Amino acid sequence: MNKKISLRSFAFFLLLAIFIILPFVNDSRTLLILLTQIFIFGILAMSYDILLGYTGIVSFGHAMFFGIGAYTTAVMLKQMDNTLLIFVLSIVIGMILAGFISFLVGLLTLRLKSHFFAMLTLAFSGLFLVLAEKWRSVTYGNDGFTFRAPDLFRDRMTFYFFVLASLVIIFLALYRFVNSPTGRILIAVRENEQRTKSLGFNTLHYKVIASVVAGIVASFAGSLYAVSLRFVNTSVMAMDITLDALLMTIIGGVGTLVGPLLGSAVIEYAQHALSGLARDYPIFERWIIFFGILYILAVIFFPKGIIGSLRLLFWKWRGRLKQQKTTGPQPQEKERFE
Amino acid sequence: MTTLLTLNEVHTHIGQYHILQGVNFEAKEGQVTVLLGRNGAGKTTTLKTIMGLTPATKGDIAFRSQSIKKSPTYKVAKLGIGYVPENQGIFADLTVEENMKVAMRKEDTATLERQQYVLELFPDLKKFWKKAGGHLSGGQKQMLSMARAFINDSQLILIDEPSKGLAPIVVEKVMEAIVEMKKKTSIVLVEQNFIMASRIGDTYTLIDDGRTVNSGNMQDLIYDEELKCKYLGIG
Repeated sequence: MNKKISLRSFAFFLLLAIFIILPFVNDSRTLLILLTQIFIFGILAMSYDILLGYTGIVSFGHAMFFGIGAYTTAVMLKQMDNTLLIFVLSIVIGMILAGFISFLVGLLTLRLKSHFFAMLTLAFSGLFLVLAEKWRSVTYGNDGFTFRAPDLFRDRMTFYFFVLASLVIIFLALYRFVNSPTGRILIAVRENEQRTKSLGFNTLHYKVIASVVAGIVASFAGSLYAVSLRFVNTSVMAMDITLDALLMTIIGGVGTLVGPLLGSAVIEYAQHALSGLARDYPIFERWIIFFGILYILAVIFFPKGIIGSLRLLFWKWRGRLKQQKTTGPQPQEKERFE
Repeated sequence: MTTLLTLNEVHTHIGQYHILQGVNFEAKEGQVTVLLGRNGAGKTTTLKTIMGLTPATKGDIAFRSQSIKKSPTYKVAKLGIGYVPENQGIFADLTVEENMKVAMRKEDTATLERQQYVLELFPDLKKFWKKAGGHLSGGQKQMLSMARAFINDSQLILIDEPSKGLAPIVVEKVMEAIVEMKKKTSIVLVEQNFIMASRIGDTYTLIDDGRTVNSGNMQDLIYDEELKCKYLGIG
């Protein structure tokens, strides 16, 4: 166990050290922006993993919370002032709003069976999208608006480190959350809700807790996303954002927390690389088609996601190793028939 | 002897199907009440109805004279009714330890003592303490499921077909464990294996086509060839 923890800690600190050193070794602005996007979407995907991976809830409305965070920060920075204090305040207000709305939506919808819940979350998300489109005096509708980020974040590298620190803190907090007694009950709900009820747990309470935690974290990711672009429009509430979070979680590996981070890196990099190829090869102008193919292949060959598949391989390897230790080396196929 | 659980003319519908059409029985404190009947008679549905998983549509269910007919499942469990379902309901991704911890509603001295007791009853669980539930054998899963139901000072435990799909040697172990558990709690047992049921049970209730057709002392049923032949196909 200790060995396992130390190996995990070693990998964690090694990766952290790489991401801290990287901007000083490679001064590419594109790389810095790409990594910042990966970290932000990593936070969003981790929040989705709390729903899908740990509680077994499929939501099609997760973009709603991302959008709430993005709009709260953008509107406050534009209409009030672009100071750090307003930025922090906007994050807190966004999180409170998202938490409150996810609590209400969760309470109203989580009683339903999974597919009805998924449809209702889609409807709620659509409602917020229409609200963002029609409330033009504040949101400027589909056109969106630009705003000034706090002076501290004018330097991309400072913002990169802020996002990296946020990612680390949220990862550690969520890791603690999913390994807490509440986290264990969420896993129990995912695996067998009826059984969890018959152990004496009101599963609705736990599903609402998961929904609120996921909503709050998604709102935080939205706030960071808005500042990274210094622009916001209704696309932050579109279905694409939810689908991205879903794909990142599935490709990386559901119920692993690290998987969604990896999924975010794969998808963000694939989007970047495929759209970049379009400059030289016109066929890649339709990069989204290739992206779709990539996704289909990943689901067919890695249904458990990257981390899930690696874990499976590791268990098989360890099982074989144990078997060899107890029974000695297995005879070759040929020898067996002889 | 105090009556713990009473089912009075209980009816249950699942979708358009009328599954239970009048189930009556009493479970008394310190006894093992066995529900017997052919496949599809409604024994499992009876346990699910008591737990509120398939709520009763008519009749009444009382636990310690308090009606639980309309109580949600988690409240029924909190009242002190443990449930060991037919498919064991193990959380495959959680370790044996985590499965036990999830089931614990309190982590006080009494609960930890009970944990110690069940680990002595099922030493395999101690051996595979850090192993994922999904990697256990059928018998070990059954033991874990029973241990989880026992961990919370349950006054009554409902056990659904504990011998199903298990090797005879494992069935023997499970039976011994139930006999031990009987000293500390009351049990309602659904069991197809009549030999096992007759060795553990104090009283029986025969269910046929969703109705209670006979109840009494297990000793009487053992010698009642006609009843056994008519409702259980034995003899």
